[in-house]
Amino acid sequence: MKNLKYLVLGTLFGIILTKSEVISWFRIQEMFRFQSFHMYGVIGSAVVVGMLSVQLIKRYQLRTINGEEIRLADKQFSPGIWIGGLLFGLGWALTGACPGPMFAQLGSGVGAAAVLIVAALAGTWTYSALRERLP
Amino acid sequence: MLDFLRQSWPWYVAGPLIGLTVPALLIVGNKALGISSSLRHICAACVPAGIPFLRYDWRAEAWNLWFVLGITLGGFVGYRVLGHPDAVAISAATVRDLRAQLHLTDFTGLLPRELFALDNLAHWRGWVFLELGGFLVGFGTRYAGGCTSGHAISGLANLQWVSLVAVVGFFAGGLLMTWFIYPLLF
Repeated sequence: MKNLKYLVLGTLFGIILTKSEVISWFRIQEMFRFQSFHMYGVIGSAVVVGMLSVQLIKRYQLRTINGEEIRLADKQFSPGIWIGGLLFGLGWALTGACPGPMFAQLGSGVGAAAVLIVAALAGTWTYSALRERLP
Repeated sequence: MLDFLRQSWPWYVAGPLIGLTVPALLIVGNKALGISSSLRHICAACVPAGIPFLRYDWRAEAWNLWFVLGITLGGFVGYRVLGHPDAVAISAATVRDLRAQLHLTDFTGLLPRELFALDNLAHWRGWVFLELGGFLVGFGTRYAGGCTSGHAISGLANLQWVSLVAVVGFFAGGLLMTWFIYPLLF
């Protein structure tokens, strides 16, 4: 069962998202209104810890538990990064949810999350269909 | 210990733990943290409709779907098993603004019921907050090539300037909505 480890890591990730309340619409509103340090602290410290970890992995050329070389693909620029980023931001402030938190909300029993996920799937599908005609 | 787990976790506990997910996924299986891809995989698995962008071996990326299933389970454990406060302890200033500007009165739960109740589905509020909001999240993240986890956490951690552009876009969109569009809606 090679995917079990991702189920376990995902569960831990979901617990952290939930217990830190970053899956709450109220917290996202508080963040965009600059009225609390909470979200900035969560995202900022996550980035710093992630960055230090990635740099350590690179410097010591750490390998995976299976002995593979760890590779991180470079992200390519496209104008869609701006436009898509802006559109996502608009949706983020409306729903208070990014893709991860939507699933955590669903697990916590919020009915609206099921609608949000279906709508997000519709958005992803529409992008996929229009992709070649978008800048 | 159990008491600590039951209360809300402060940012300095949660943030570093979220950051550690990046090396954990790399070491466990050479996977880059990113959640919005799961939406693409679900589309590819369920409604490919001959769209080139949805024609690929999504099964090879199944780990991502297991991770997302885990997040859902985590939401259940974190909220239902470990318990939760009745209301998220947001700042008094936010409560005051949301009362005054959005006319919210109920601050219990994770989302304001007045905006996200399923009864609203056919009401303009439902269309804006649930349908349009969710659609923008799905459309925008795929267009931008990632969401808060893939760009803001994983991308920035790997010093990708493209991710910084994406994160600036995320925030610009969020501020635009909160400060300029919300006042028009209410």
